[in-house]
Amino acid sequence: MIEGAKWKKWVWFYLPMGLFILGLLFPFYWMLVITLKPDGELYRPWNHPLYSPFWTSAPTLDHVKNLLQETLFGTWMWNTMLIALVATLISLFCGVIAGYALARLRFRWAGLLGTAIFVTYLVPQTLLFIPLAEIIRDYRIGDTPWALILTYPTFLIPFCTWLMMGYFKTIPKELEECARIDGATRWQAMVYIILPIALPGILSAGIFAFTLSWNEFIYALVFLSSPEQKTVPVGVTSELIRGDVFYWGSLMAGALIGSIPVAFVYSFFVEHYVAGMTGSVKG
Amino acid sequence: MATVLLSNLNKKFDETHVVKDVNLEIRDREFVVLVGPSGCGKTTTLRMIAGLEDITSGEIRIDEKVVNDLPPMDRDIAMVFQNYALYPHMSVYDNMAFGLKMRKFEKSEIEKRVRRSAEILGIQALLERRPRQLSGGQRQRVALGRAIVRDPRVFLFDEPLSNLDAKLRVQMRVELKRLHHRLETTAIYVTHDQVEAMTLGDRVVVMKDGLVQQVGEPLELYGRPANRFVASFIGSPAMNFAEVTVNSSSEALWAEAPGLRIKVPESKRESLRRHTGQRVTLGIRPEALRPANGADPSDYAFDSTVEVVEPLGNEILLDVRAGTHLMVARVDPATRVKVRDAVRLAVDPERLHFFDSKSEVAI
Repeated sequence: MIEGAKWKKWVWFYLPMGLFILGLLFPFYWMLVITLKPDGELYRPWNHPLYSPFWTSAPTLDHVKNLLQETLFGTWMWNTMLIALVATLISLFCGVIAGYALARLRFRWAGLLGTAIFVTYLVPQTLLFIPLAEIIRDYRIGDTPWALILTYPTFLIPFCTWLMMGYFKTIPKELEECARIDGATRWQAMVYIILPIALPGILSAGIFAFTLSWNEFIYALVFLSSPEQKTVPVGVTSELIRGDVFYWGSLMAGALIGSIPVAFVYSFFVEHYVAGMTGSVKG
Repeated sequence: MATVLLSNLNKKFDETHVVKDVNLEIRDREFVVLVGPSGCGKTTTLRMIAGLEDITSGEIRIDEKVVNDLPPMDRDIAMVFQNYALYPHMSVYDNMAFGLKMRKFEKSEIEKRVRRSAEILGIQALLERRPRQLSGGQRQRVALGRAIVRDPRVFLFDEPLSNLDAKLRVQMRVELKRLHHRLETTAIYVTHDQVEAMTLGDRVVVMKDGLVQQVGEPLELYGRPANRFVASFIGSPAMNFAEVTVNSSSEALWAEAPGLRIKVPESKRESLRRHTGQRVTLGIRPEALRPANGADPSDYAFDSTVEVVEPLGNEILLDVRAGTHLMVARVDPATRVKVRDAVRLAVDPERLHFFDSKSEVAI
C-alpha cells in the first residue's frame, strides 16, 4: 500500500481506482440509460435544447416490454443457458481429466501433447467454422442446440485443460503420494484429495468456459438459423436490427438482461475464483 | 514390527544412476538413518521402499516378502514428508482418519485410534482445526499422528524436521526418539543433517553419489570412519585433514608435512609401513587437539598460529595455521589465547586417522 500523506493516497490510489471503476461500469450504465429512455428522447439530435445523452427525464419500460413480448427473448435466454451449461460441463469434465493427466502422469509425449492441445486453441474460430459447418451438416444437427453444445468444446476443452494443468501443477505431489501410501488408489487420491483442493481452479475454469460460451457469436450465427433456436447474442442482433433500423432501446435491454446471468455467476463464485487465479495451495 | 532388506538396489533416471547397488538390512524395531549430502540418493532409496519410485534393478523385502511390484498402499508403511503433505481441505481429525477410512476401518475404531494417537502427540485440542490454522510444529505433529494412527509395519521419514526452526527441531528430535522408544516400530529416516543422524539413529547409513559409504552405530562412524568422506561428514566442526608424507627413521614412522611432524602411533605403525615414502591424508578431530603443556611428548605436538578465536561458551574453537595447513581445535573455554598468538598444540595419538590419499579409504 501507499504510505505517507493522505493526498498521496488519493492521487495514487483512490483517483486511478475511481477512474478505472468508472471506465468499467460505464457500458452498463449506458445500456441502462438507453433501455429506460423513451424513443422520443432517444432519437433527439445532439443540438436539441433538451439533449441529455447521460440522463433520462421520463424513464419507461417500453423497450423491455417490447423485447419480452415482441421477440423470443425468453427462448433465447433459455437456449443460451442450456447450451452454455452443457458445453461448460462437458469441457470441464474433459479439461479436468486431461489437465490432471498432462500435469501428473509421466508418459511419453506428455509435453508435446500439452503443446498440441494449446495450439488447437490458437486456431481462430473465424477459420474453424468453415470445416465445422461441413461436419454439422453431415451429422444433421444444424439448427439444433447440439450444433453448439458439441462445437463449443473445440475451444473450451483446450482452454480448460491448460488452466487445470497449471492449477494441478501448483498442488504438491506429496499430497497425492501421501494419499496413496494412506491406502488410496490413484483414482481415489484424485477424487478425495486433488479435486477438492483444485476446486477454486475448477470453478474459475468453469466460469470462464461459461462466459465464453454465453458470449459466443460466430458459431451461433452460422449454425443456427430459425429464430426459436437462437442464442441471446445472435437473437438480439439479428431480430432487433432490421435492415438499417436499429431498435436501440430493446437492443440495449437485451444486452443488459443478457449480461445478468454472467454477472451473477461471477459474483457468486468471486471468492473461489480469485483463489483460483492466484492459485496457491498452502498445506 | 518388520525387517526391511534391500539387496543390490539400483535406480536410474534415464541416464543418471542415482542409487547404486545398495545393500542394507534393517532389523526389526530398528531406527536407521540414511544421511548424506543432497543428491546422494537417500531420498530416492526411501521412495523406492515406499513404492513411490520404480526399482530399476534389485530387490526390496519387507518381512521376507518381495515388495518390488506392490503399490504403496499394500506395503503397510507410513511416510512423513518434508512439507508434511497435510490435506489442506480436511480437519486434523480427518487428516489422521483418512488412511483408516481408505482401509475400511469401522467408525468407532477410527475414532478410538485417532484419539489415542492425538493423545500420544498432545494434539487432542487441535482435532477440529484445518492445517492452515496450525503452526509449523503442530503440523509436524499432525503429520506424525497421521503416520502412527495406522500402526504400520515401517515408518518412513523424509527430512521431516528440516522445515522447522532450529529450536523446535531439537525439541522434535527428542520427541521423535521418545516416540520410537514407545512404539518400537521399524523406522527409516532420511536427513542431510549429521546431528539428526547421530542423535536419532540406532544405526546410520552414510551415502554419497548413490553409494553406501559406511553403515554403523553413530559412535562407530565417529570413531572409526571407513573413509575420508565419512570422516569429514560426521562430526562438527569437521575433521581436520593434512596431506603428509610417511617417513621412517630408525624404528619409528613419522607423518611429515611442512611445519608438522607427528610420530605414527604404534597401533597404526604396521598398517602404515607399506605407505613409507608415500603421501597419505592425516585426519585429526578438532576435539583431539589441545594446547600443549610441558608434560606432553614433543612427538605428538606441533606449533601453530591462531587466526580466529570463536568462543562458544562451553568451548572455544581455535582456527589455527600449522605450516600450510588450516586446522580447527576445540579447546577448553578457560584457555586464554588471542588472534596471532603462537600456540603449541598436542594431539591425542590414539585419535589420529590416516587415509589413503588416492582411494580415500581409512588405513
